[in-house]
Parts: sequence; structure tokens; C-alpha cells
Amino acid sequence: MGLLSSRISITRYKVSGRLDGSVHEIVYKALKKHAIPEIEDDGSEAMVGWTSFEYPYAPDFEGYSFVFGAHMVFALRIDKKSIPPKLVQKHYSLEVAKHLADTGRQFLSGNEKKAIKEHVVNTLGRRIPAVPNVYDLVWHYKDSSLWFFSNLKSANEALETLFIKSFGFPLIRLFPYTTGNLIAGLSDSERDLLSKLAPSQSEE
Amino acid sequence: MLDIAVAYNRYKFLGNEFLTWLWFIIETDQNRLRQYDPDLVSLNIGSRMVLENTRNNAKETVTIKGQDADLEEGLLALKKGSVVTEIHLSYKAGDQHWQFNLKGESLNISNLKLPETGPVETPEDFEGAVIEKTYLIEKVIGLVNNLFSHFIKLRVSSEWRNQTVSRIRKWASS
Repeated sequence: MGLLSSRISITRYKVSGRLDGSVHEIVYKALKKHAIPEIEDDGSEAMVGWTSFEYPYAPDFEGYSFVFGAHMVFALRIDKKSIPPKLVQKHYSLEVAKHLADTGRQFLSGNEKKAIKEHVVNTLGRRIPAVPNVYDLVWHYKDSSLWFFSNLKSANEALETLFIKSFGFPLIRLFPYTTGNLIAGLSDSERDLLSKLAPSQSEE
Repeated sequence: MLDIAVAYNRYKFLGNEFLTWLWFIIETDQNRLRQYDPDLVSLNIGSRMVLENTRNNAKETVTIKGQDADLEEGLLALKKGSVVTEIHLSYKAGDQHWQFNLKGESLNISNLKLPETGPVETPEDFEGAVIEKTYLIEKVIGLVNNLFSHFIKLRVSSEWRNQTVSRIRKWASS
């Protein structure tokens, strides 16, 4: 999922803001503050944070190691716990059988079944390690552009959320309308025409 | 500017029309492409193309796959009112060669294969490799941005309505 992969996927963004002060220092502090936690939180299903491009499993931003020439290169890491449904089913069945045996009853209420399922999912969630997914990005600060090396909707949404939380301004995804509106060099009157366009087929 | 989600859905047809126009230009006017990218040696359709026809409230998809695939099916689909929704491109500039998929509705690039670069054997090679890869990716993104910018300027002009649409139809029917 990255810059050095043999096959690359890219989603392009326009960065809609500027940092006040030393860019590298501000980015360094934001990356450190919102870095992926080193210790897994036992309760949460997923953890999202920044990590370093070179050492994604041991985030290190010291010495502005995210600066490569004119670009800043770092990565988004999403650690997600995924419990196989069949494993949940197995432990749920065992837990229900134990509960019935303990109470000497024939049936459980809907609420009891729900509580047992939640307990099973939480217990398994604490035992199963999170699977890390790393998505590199390149930020061209001077051009206000950013390339994110994934087309996955969930990863892009996580990036957009963490970016605004970290740096205080949003990323605008570049698809046909935003590319035309923001980076194609259209005049104001051309931008007005752009917003009024309809498919060519329907203009027949 | 419009809400992003609304803009994405309302104007995704622009990306599909862009890919349809791009196929037309690739087949009929390589010299024009060189005006958009002075380093360009060639830009060709690669091994995959997807077309969609959503006329008459029905969605019909045609997928053409394979190296040197016959694109006649695609032209036939165009004649019936389809547009290109996804395209695999082969781009040559200087002695370097890129291949990638471009999706109309998002302009997302996928399956991008860059020209060969040297191996990373020492820590010192690493920074150089990152900068080189970034440069090679920039070439493709620059090409896409440049082509789309020319397309969108044409698309908002009267030339599109008065000339380009009929030229594309004529080419598809030839």
C-alpha cells in the first residue's frame, strides 16, 4: 500500500490551508501528538494514527525524518481487530450452554443472549491482536497537494478525519468537479459554466 | 463551492466524458497530446477498458480486457450511447514507460506501474529511491492533471457542443 510498492494506487488531494510558523516543526509536533499508540488499547476495535514511512511499526519522526527533499512523506496506520464470525459463534454457543447449565433453565431471554454475545466479543477482542494496515502519503507543502496511496474508501475517510484533527484544516479530494474547480486554471466565468454542466447525452 | 459529496455524484459524468474524449484523442490526434506533454512519446490504451450505458434507466456494462484487445466492441458500445468509465493507459516519455488505470468518476489512479528504478541496498539509497519514485509518480499525475485541464476548458466552451461531440460520434461510427 505504498510509495515503494510495485503497483501503486493513488488518491489525490488539495490541502486547503497553510501552517503558521516553521512547517517541519509544526508537522513534527502534530505527527507525534497523533501517532499510532504503541500499546494496544484493549477495548477498541480499531486504532488510527500517524506513523513513519521508513519504520511503520516503530513510529519515529525525530530529526524531521519525514522530510525527503521538497516533500514530506509519512504514513497513516490503521490497526484493526477482526474477529472471525465463526469464532464468535463457537464461543457464544459454549457460553450459552454454560449459562443454561449453571441456571438449570431451558431458554434465555433476548436480552441475556445479547449480553452474552457482547461479553464474548469483548473477551475475544482483548485476546486477538489488531492487524496493522499502513498507507503512505506524500505531502507537497509548496503546491498544497497530497497523494494518498490507497483508493480504499475507509482508509481515505480515516485520513481526512485524522488530517483535520492534526493540522486544523481539511483535505479536499480531487475528483472531476474539484479538479476542474480548484486546479484546472479556469476563469470565474468558466467555473460558473462548469457548475451548470449536464451530461452531453442529455444535451442532445 | 458545492458540498463535496453532492459535487462528486452530480458531476461524475465529467470524468467519464473525459475518458471517452481521451480515447478519441489517443486514436485520432497523438500530436495534440504532445502539445499537452512535451516529453510524451506515446499514450495508448493498455489492456483494459470499461464502458457503461445508463440510458433508458438501465445500466449496461462492457468490459474489454487483454493485451492488444480489439476495441471494436467498445466503439459499438459508444455508438449506442455508452461512455468510458475506466481505462488502462500505457504512457511513454523519453525512454521510460508507465502503465496505470484511471477511473472516470473519481480520477483515482490504480495499478500504477512505474519505470524500473535502481535497487535500494544501503540506507543512503533509501532517500534517493523515495525522491526518484516521487518524481516518476509526479510525471503521471502531471499528465492526468494536464489532460483533464485541457478537457475541462474544452468542455465548458461552445466548441465542445458545436464540434467535439459530433467529431467523437463520427469517429465512433467510422
